[in-house]
Amino acid sequence: MVSQARKSELLFSGSDWNFAKLSRVYDEIEALGTEELGLDIYPVQMEVISSEQMLDAYSSVGMPLMYRHWSFGKRFLYDEFLYRKGARGLAYELVINSNPCIVYLMEENTMALQALVTAHAALGHNHFFKNNHLFRQWTDAGGILSYLDFAKGYIARCEERHGLAAVEAILDSAHALMEQGVFRYHRPPKLSSEQQREGLRERLEYEERSFNDLWRTLPPSQGKTKPEAGDEILAERKKSLKLPEENLLYFLEKNSLVLEPWQREIVRIVRVIAQYFYPQRQTQVMNEGCATFVHYTIMNTLFDRGRISEGAMLEILRNHSNVVFQPTYDDPRYSGINPYALGLDMMQDIQRISTAPTAEDRDWFPDIAGRGDWRDTLLDAWANHRDESFIRQYLSPTLIRKWRLFMLADGADEPHYEVASIHNERGYARIRSALAQSYDIGASRPDIQVVDVDLLGDRHLRLQHKVKDGIMLEGQSRDATLRHIRNLWGYEVSLAAIDAGTGATLSERWTKEL
Amino acid sequence: MPIFIDRRLNPKDKSLGNRQRFLRRAREDLKRSIRDKVRTGGIAELDREHAVPMPRKGTDEPTFGDDRESGRRQHILPGNRTFSPGDLIDKPAGGGGYGSAPGTTESEDDFRFVLSREEVLDLFFEDLELPDLVKLNLKQILSFKPRRAGFAASGAPTNINVGRTMRNSHGRRIALRRPKQAEVDEIARQIAELEAKPASAAVRERITTLREELERLERRRRRIAYVDPVDIRFNRFDPQPVPNANAVMFCLMDVSGSMGEREKDLAKRFFVLLHLFLTRRYERIEVVFIRHTHQAKEVDEQTFFYHTESGGTVVSTALEEMHRIIKERYPVAEWNIYAAQASDGDNFATDSERCIELLDRKLMRLCQYFAYVEIIDERESHIFGSTENGTSLWRAYNAVDGKWPNFQMRRIAAPADIYPVFRELFARQPALRKSA
Repeated sequence: MVSQARKSELLFSGSDWNFAKLSRVYDEIEALGTEELGLDIYPVQMEVISSEQMLDAYSSVGMPLMYRHWSFGKRFLYDEFLYRKGARGLAYELVINSNPCIVYLMEENTMALQALVTAHAALGHNHFFKNNHLFRQWTDAGGILSYLDFAKGYIARCEERHGLAAVEAILDSAHALMEQGVFRYHRPPKLSSEQQREGLRERLEYEERSFNDLWRTLPPSQGKTKPEAGDEILAERKKSLKLPEENLLYFLEKNSLVLEPWQREIVRIVRVIAQYFYPQRQTQVMNEGCATFVHYTIMNTLFDRGRISEGAMLEILRNHSNVVFQPTYDDPRYSGINPYALGLDMMQDIQRISTAPTAEDRDWFPDIAGRGDWRDTLLDAWANHRDESFIRQYLSPTLIRKWRLFMLADGADEPHYEVASIHNERGYARIRSALAQSYDIGASRPDIQVVDVDLLGDRHLRLQHKVKDGIMLEGQSRDATLRHIRNLWGYEVSLAAIDAGTGATLSERWTKEL
Repeated sequence: MPIFIDRRLNPKDKSLGNRQRFLRRAREDLKRSIRDKVRTGGIAELDREHAVPMPRKGTDEPTFGDDRESGRRQHILPGNRTFSPGDLIDKPAGGGGYGSAPGTTESEDDFRFVLSREEVLDLFFEDLELPDLVKLNLKQILSFKPRRAGFAASGAPTNINVGRTMRNSHGRRIALRRPKQAEVDEIARQIAELEAKPASAAVRERITTLREELERLERRRRRIAYVDPVDIRFNRFDPQPVPNANAVMFCLMDVSGSMGEREKDLAKRFFVLLHLFLTRRYERIEVVFIRHTHQAKEVDEQTFFYHTESGGTVVSTALEEMHRIIKERYPVAEWNIYAAQASDGDNFATDSERCIELLDRKLMRLCQYFAYVEIIDERESHIFGSTENGTSLWRAYNAVDGKWPNFQMRRIAAPADIYPVFRELFARQPALRKSA
């Protein structure tokens, strides 16, 4: 009966934490997570940091290692300002998609919070990182830390050799294109291993040594272009350059005529990092929802089994409800839909549909309603969906009613919004589809592609912006970004706005007009 | 069981490199902020941390983004209470619909961050073209000299006070009755003696008792250390500021109509630099502001820089006023007197002679240093160059300059011209340090 007694013992008491308590709580939570919820996680490395170190980590996009750039300094000042002013608290934790999965715990947290954070990050996020198909296919959790280490060292060496200003100029330009620096539709190549990178670097150095300066002396432009090439040649050219290309950074890295080898490598580093974060941006609702669902379920189970005291549970619940608070649209605190709240509600809704469905649920979700295996359904959703598809598939009429979601149609040239749909029979499908659409990064970010470049002629780089629903680019930032593209490309760049529906050219901007 | 790593003791300021890069990037904007600080703040205020607004120029990070003023969108919002399909809602004034992020521009306006004292001074020095050694000197905080201040129970091994430590150890050994070496030796000697004798039962018994006694003593000696950590005393040192005298700094300025914004700005920087220099050398500095037209008056800093007054220009009145104040409040035996005068060189024709006399006979004997700057137009600078002729005041002061080594004069047209006025002053500093 000793084990029985131990089982109902409190895991911790009091608000102070120490490493022994942390370890005991982690073991318990991990056992619960893997046995009860069927989670599958990377090994965990927990690091305790102070609030200043948390601010440091914020400024370098949450990575423990990062190269140096002024924009991170700027971000640090902003975060510090907001934190000191009390306008914003710090996150209780930070988790990194790596193997082993690194979880930062804040020193100031109470023991109850540390337990909550452990369940949230070390189990929830960890499971999501390891199992979601986007992360599995598009990022390399094992290689990212060593790659960042390489990137930091490489950029520091470049700063020494070529000067801060030169490196900064390249980084500025590359950062401007980070959004356009990811492969959306085909999988990026795996990060090369240490050895391959070494070989690559040697090759770059060889190229640097055998660099022929004559290329640089070619006149920049030869006045008017030669007569228009025939369609056939054009098609040939596009094929050889694999055009159109959506990944501008990739195209510039491979084809720019003015970049030196070290500059190409820097563009590549920025591109790899942008690609690494791309899945995270597509799975905000799911990732946070998964972590929140896991911590909520585990903490409640622990409490039910008498392993957490009522006081600690109250503190956990208080923090939990702060995290999942969703103000309505007319509340001054409203700043968009809270991904924690939406994710958790949808996942709990799936649980409900599986165990206690209504007739409506059986109608909408014949596959899962009443099957009772909500664990498998959730594991499957976490593994195979991103925000857009998850919402498209699982947002139920019950939840739309609960949230009282409605849709506004907003035409820029009209003086008012029109309420297009509300939470009624006719609105469910449209609201669900529109909400899913708004989480589709591919559709909500400007679609800009390289369509043509005449490498043998005047090297004019043609970009195309597919204008959807008449949404144009903001003029000032567009011009500034075009200037950055010109820096990387070295020759004339033009950006044409093409209407996605009709194919008509709406406007064209040349760098020589800037 | 996860791996735990305690990172709290890791070095902080991981983003210091990023901060430096950011400050360099925004240098021009920040310099302007500091210049405004100098212009609007007090002379003594520069020498500390300052909050500055976030620089705008050169720190934006452009990306392709949607134009909010164009196109058709759909927003999904939670919390519908009264709307039905087809309802029209007026857009809030000022553009930006529901669900759009609040404009970042307003929040940037009141966003300020703190520059450390070092960073502020760096920016201030930027176009004054000071030599590096001087910059270093000015940035240095007051120097301290360690002075003995009794004993402490903790400290660095090099500071152990052996005498005091041994005294404590001795007292403790007596109090705890630690067996002395002599006692132990005596018993060992007795044992050796007995062992040399033929062995009888009585002798053997005696040896056994002696051995037991010896062992007891040895054990006791092991338990009670000869020198215990509680005995150790260290010499204690207190940092004592290097003795500094008091200094008073006189700022003299012509405020007649001919001194415009630019002239006053340059003059102010000149005063700030002298003040900075003096704060490094003196613990206590008082600043006296005297402004003059055709009559001089002691005023506060605000009035000194910001109130204009019309009238003629009689420089000697300011010198007389200064002399009066020195006699009244600053006895030469207790105060180091520094004076800085800024003017555009205009003076009432016959007054210059009087100025020479005042300086030569009275003031220069009292002053450690007298610096005069004449603020001229940039277009004039190449005409005057270093020629002897110039305004009447310039010609008059030229005579004083030759006679007194602690008198400095200079024409300045740009911030970079200010430092040479002080060159002599800064050059003398190391010598003074040594003698102090």
